[in-house]
Amino acid sequence: MHKEAAIREPLILGHKTYHEITEDVCKPIEDKAPRMWYILFAIALVIGIYGVGCIFYLLGTGIGVWGLNKTIGWAWDITNFVWWVGIGHAGTLISAVLLLFRQKWRMAINRSAEAMTIFAVFMAGLFPLIHMGRLWVGYWTLPLPNHFGSLWVNFNSPLLWDVFAISTYLSVSLVFWYIGLIPDFATIRDRVKKPIPKKMYSILSFGWSGRAKNWNRFELVSLVLAGVATPLVFSVHSIVSFDFATSVIPGWHTTIFPPYFVAGAVFSGFAMVQTLMLVMRKAMRLEAYIHTRHVEYMNIVIMVTGSIVGTAYITELFISWYSGVEYEAYAFINRATGPYWWAYWSMMTCNVISPQLMWFRKLRRSLYFTFFISIVVNIGMWFERYVIIVTSIHRDYLPAAWSMHYPSHIDLGVYVGTIGLFFVFFLLFARFFPVLALNELKTILKSSGESYKNDTAPVHPYFAKNGHASHDHDNTNNH
Amino acid sequence: MAEKVIYAMYDDDDVLKDGAKKLVAKGVKVAEVFSPFPIHGIDPIIGVRQTRLGIMAFLYGLTGLTLATVGMRYFMIHDWPMNIGGKPNETYLDNVLAFIPITFEFTVLCAAHGMAITYLLLNKTLPGMPASNPDPRTTDDKFVMEFRLSENSQYSETELLAMLNETGVIEIDQKEIN
Repeated sequence: MHKEAAIREPLILGHKTYHEITEDVCKPIEDKAPRMWYILFAIALVIGIYGVGCIFYLLGTGIGVWGLNKTIGWAWDITNFVWWVGIGHAGTLISAVLLLFRQKWRMAINRSAEAMTIFAVFMAGLFPLIHMGRLWVGYWTLPLPNHFGSLWVNFNSPLLWDVFAISTYLSVSLVFWYIGLIPDFATIRDRVKKPIPKKMYSILSFGWSGRAKNWNRFELVSLVLAGVATPLVFSVHSIVSFDFATSVIPGWHTTIFPPYFVAGAVFSGFAMVQTLMLVMRKAMRLEAYIHTRHVEYMNIVIMVTGSIVGTAYITELFISWYSGVEYEAYAFINRATGPYWWAYWSMMTCNVISPQLMWFRKLRRSLYFTFFISIVVNIGMWFERYVIIVTSIHRDYLPAAWSMHYPSHIDLGVYVGTIGLFFVFFLLFARFFPVLALNELKTILKSSGESYKNDTAPVHPYFAKNGHASHDHDNTNNH
Repeated sequence: MAEKVIYAMYDDDDVLKDGAKKLVAKGVKVAEVFSPFPIHGIDPIIGVRQTRLGIMAFLYGLTGLTLATVGMRYFMIHDWPMNIGGKPNETYLDNVLAFIPITFEFTVLCAAHGMAITYLLLNKTLPGMPASNPDPRTTDDKFVMEFRLSENSQYSETELLAMLNETGVIEIDQKEIN
């Protein structure tokens, strides 16, 4: 056991025993769902079904039902795709990067952040697929032997890199998430009494028994998966940015895109985690595990990545002038003062100014303020993608082809529908899955639990009698 | 042949670790430990060796790297060399930069999934497998050490139980297994 500096804020508030952690996490799953859950689920389901309806209409009629035209061939679809992939960056970042940095606070939030990641990447993957118009030939993006002779997919194209990046990211995140879930499913399996849930959790837990050797492998697998997932997280959004950066469109052809996109993705991902977590901790009474300190840590990440994004915006603007390329300069003047000025300034306000407020300790520890900013940030990040994509292509090299993009109601329906579907998945997750990594949390209880840190926790009777012998090999003072 | 197994249950990981250390010092062999979470430092005490799954992950990653390299060389250089913008794909080395992203992704894909599948198989954790923990509470807040009499033949059953009772055990269960 590592002893933690007394000055560090505890990560688990009050006095908890191992059993109480199990109770606190499993109770909301085993009890009847509150009425609010049904209301939210019904709303999300209706919106989701409406979105699916719009997608079917789109597939049946053609891409013409979107507000695209011959100048603007990419608009909301790709904006939404990048937006969702960006949101899907927080989960694996929290569980992988923070694991490598041994950040214990990740344990309270990694499970639901990863769930959010997976569902967000589902939603992201939907957009390129339906943009093909013929969903059923989606497998043409894979390098399969085919009847067109020896014609292969183009491995030089960033769009194909994206296919590999997104599918690798989705499947590796899913595996990482599930491996962590197995022991927690076993806990629920051993608690529930009703036959059907027992059977279900029994299948989901894969017969996990918690043997010493299993845990030994578990820890190594988590570490190695974190090690491979860390560069993966950074690669995915870098590759998404290559979709734009390798083209020759002014406003897209930019070498700073990869780091700028990755920072933006982390920024929006953490904002979405805040939005969900602030509601969930209240609804599921998990305030002892996800508290102000966790929110503050995440707000610091939002502040740092938000500042990187802000710097990138200003660098872009400066370089467009400094480069002396008039097309590049025009693309940026047009962004700020052209017909889409409102989108540009919304993006600037939401993404550059709002994270700077997090420098104030009072504000970054305020839950209401955080909730408000988390939504502002995600609106801002949607506008960022819209600005980059639509304002760069709507006025191209040929003024006769200049055009405007007006979204149709199908554009809107598909977008809102994915938000509905995302919440359908997330609400199901919160209802049936352990939303905290409950068994991992038990490993930090004695080092980061409040009652253990201030020595108010009762000493185990065995040690009260025999003295704490197990400390001699822990090198408490040498770490 | 039926074998006698003793399950000693503890309610604290540190108490179990302390007990395990004292018993092992007396030459007792601990067959298994069941716990709701990893007990740090228990492995060297009871003689569980560090897993070699990390090496496996490396090998799977190497496989992915090779497959991606060989595959892309075949598709793009050998089978159908594309000529994009007057820049034909003639040698692998000329084009390797464009192949790096997918090579990386495929390496990660193979390493992660290969290791995950190996992990599940080694642990014998697959959908539909029965659980084998001796008590349902070992996935909540109890910790169990398993002893086999055949592995501890230098002690009689009563001696073993007496030693266990000194280690802060809360429940002892005995079972015959085949």
